[in-house]
Amino acid sequence: MSEIIRRDPHAEWIARNRLHPLHATLQKSPERWMSAAGVVRKNPHAVGFIGPEGIKRIDRSGAQSASAGKRSAAPAAVQLPLHRVEQPAFHICVVPDMVGGRLSSHDKDLLGLARSLAGNNGAVLAIIFAEHKEQAFDTAGVDRLMHFTDDSLAGYSPELRVLALSAVEAQLKPRHWLLPDSRNGGGELGRRLAAKLSERPATRVWQVADGQCIGRAGAGREDSQRALPRLILAAAECASPVSETRHECLAMATPENLAHGLPRIEDCGAVAVDPALIPMAEAEFILSGGNGVSDWTQFHQAAEILGATEGASRVAVDDGFMPRNRQVGATGTWVTARVYLAVGISGAVQHLQGIGACDKVVAVNKDANCDMVKRADLSVIGDSAAILGALIARINAHRHGGIRDAA
Amino acid sequence: MLHNTAQASPALNVVALVSVGAHPSSGRARRAEQDARAVELGLRLAGEQLEVLHAGDPQQPALRSYLGMGLQQLHVIEQPAQADVISALHDYLQDSDAQLILTGSQAETGEGSGMLPFLLAEQLGWPMVVGLTEVEHIGNGIAQVLQALPRGQRRRLKVRLPFIASLDNAAPAARQSAFGPARRGELLSHAAEANPDALLSESPLQPARPRPKRLKIITAKTGAERMKAATAKASGGGGQIIKGDSPEAGAEAIFKLLVDEGVLR
Repeated sequence: MSEIIRRDPHAEWIARNRLHPLHATLQKSPERWMSAAGVVRKNPHAVGFIGPEGIKRIDRSGAQSASAGKRSAAPAAVQLPLHRVEQPAFHICVVPDMVGGRLSSHDKDLLGLARSLAGNNGAVLAIIFAEHKEQAFDTAGVDRLMHFTDDSLAGYSPELRVLALSAVEAQLKPRHWLLPDSRNGGGELGRRLAAKLSERPATRVWQVADGQCIGRAGAGREDSQRALPRLILAAAECASPVSETRHECLAMATPENLAHGLPRIEDCGAVAVDPALIPMAEAEFILSGGNGVSDWTQFHQAAEILGATEGASRVAVDDGFMPRNRQVGATGTWVTARVYLAVGISGAVQHLQGIGACDKVVAVNKDANCDMVKRADLSVIGDSAAILGALIARINAHRHGGIRDAA
Repeated sequence: MLHNTAQASPALNVVALVSVGAHPSSGRARRAEQDARAVELGLRLAGEQLEVLHAGDPQQPALRSYLGMGLQQLHVIEQPAQADVISALHDYLQDSDAQLILTGSQAETGEGSGMLPFLLAEQLGWPMVVGLTEVEHIGNGIAQVLQALPRGQRRRLKVRLPFIASLDNAAPAARQSAFGPARRGELLSHAAEANPDALLSESPLQPARPRPKRLKIITAKTGAERMKAATAKASGGGGQIIKGDSPEAGAEAIFKLLVDEGVLR
């Protein structure tokens, strides 16, 4: 906690003004003292503080008593205890998906599972291939981090990545390989690695306990229980993420003798997909409009230029500006977008529930005190039409600038 | 578009691998959803020349629903239940002149690990494409295909023939199965060596148990912290607020975030 003492002129004024109703509370009368007879005396009126509604409150936790006299800045984040693995007896290798360059919740669950398998002597080694934006590898439970910075591995390159992972296998002989059984690449990479290493993986694993693992089989109507294999493809929520320790996250050198096979699959890049045809529940980027949108033609134009799927709040749908199937929220669609741009939506509870799974929320609103601004990662306060117009102009300038650069 | 692709590659040898599925609520045997999509894509690519292959029991009546999609015949490699069919399929496919093998990404019965196309690709030494949705163009021994990504996105790939492709639910929906062709079609059975699966026989599959719901665990030390955890509103935790600036400054900040997140194409 920062020890900067902050003056409160209002409180000082109350302390000087003997007629103020709160004057007595600011007079520092001791809570307990020793009387002349040697008996401890207590003043019960000195205990507690006046709450925001003018009612006396007593906080027995001890959290408030120190702040009665002075005001300090907000407490700093608590440092979790550091878990060190000096000489790892074995490695547990995790290859997270890193969707959007960050650990997804699936990845964090997987790291939690790896942490429980590693115990005190093993080290959790996370292997990542592309550029990343993750800041919290240490609190997610990564003891060692191996980062392949080779450009050929950055894009969609499953065959080369399997070769790189085989080199890691040859060098470290990890006790377990853990990959997320997801459609974001983990399921594919894990199966390719299993075929390459001739290991029979346990797939869609949802529980690991006592050297046994349980995974879904078939179309999800059956379970398969077996001894824990070396290669595990785990489902989401297979274990709880690491929450109580911090880890070293030491960088580890990549294997030197990487076999560079000629890739038989060439990646020609993403194909433009009409965002209006993507189901809203699984759209990646949603531009959502509410009561604050005045110019709907401009809103549709912005969605087209941004390449975003359109959404709407209940008010906009009720007023007839958007169709019912575009409604976001508890009564509409629960969306899972990575980026949610809310224009003129103040953030009703039902709407905030519907965007609970969104990663980054951007709010454009006139009211700086609305609930959407409290939820948002970036809020721009101002007129929505002017800001959308400026955004369209900015993106057009970016696109044309990009074409000029390429030419 | 689809007719073009079918005409552009008249001599393409396509094999679709099919399995027996299970109805999601009754568990009754049926055609497997993703394998039917593989047959559909195969019919669009190769038409009558499509070869459909199954490894298992040739007497299984559910196989006839694949014939009902307009096939003359369906080849069945005879295998007992719960056998490891990969070596049998490998032997059969190595002798055939297949250039493209289509299959679903996960079986609906049995272990359903989704490993079969990967193991076949590894053994045959062929490339493997996951989540195929469309074959755009084939020429010079190279196929240009579209791959399905999560969130409705598509990626264009170029892959050398011959290759194996698995299809998921993003592939074009399968046509209906008609009763008459299903009765008339032939099931041709081929004998093959059986290879029992040791792991599956020693630990058989159990009915699926419901997964435990994840609880919100509150590790508060004091009563005040517990009270706060129980009553506090969930919030993003202090986002950046741009206020009193020009609209251009706000737009610039939004633009920067969109570029950082990589959603702007």
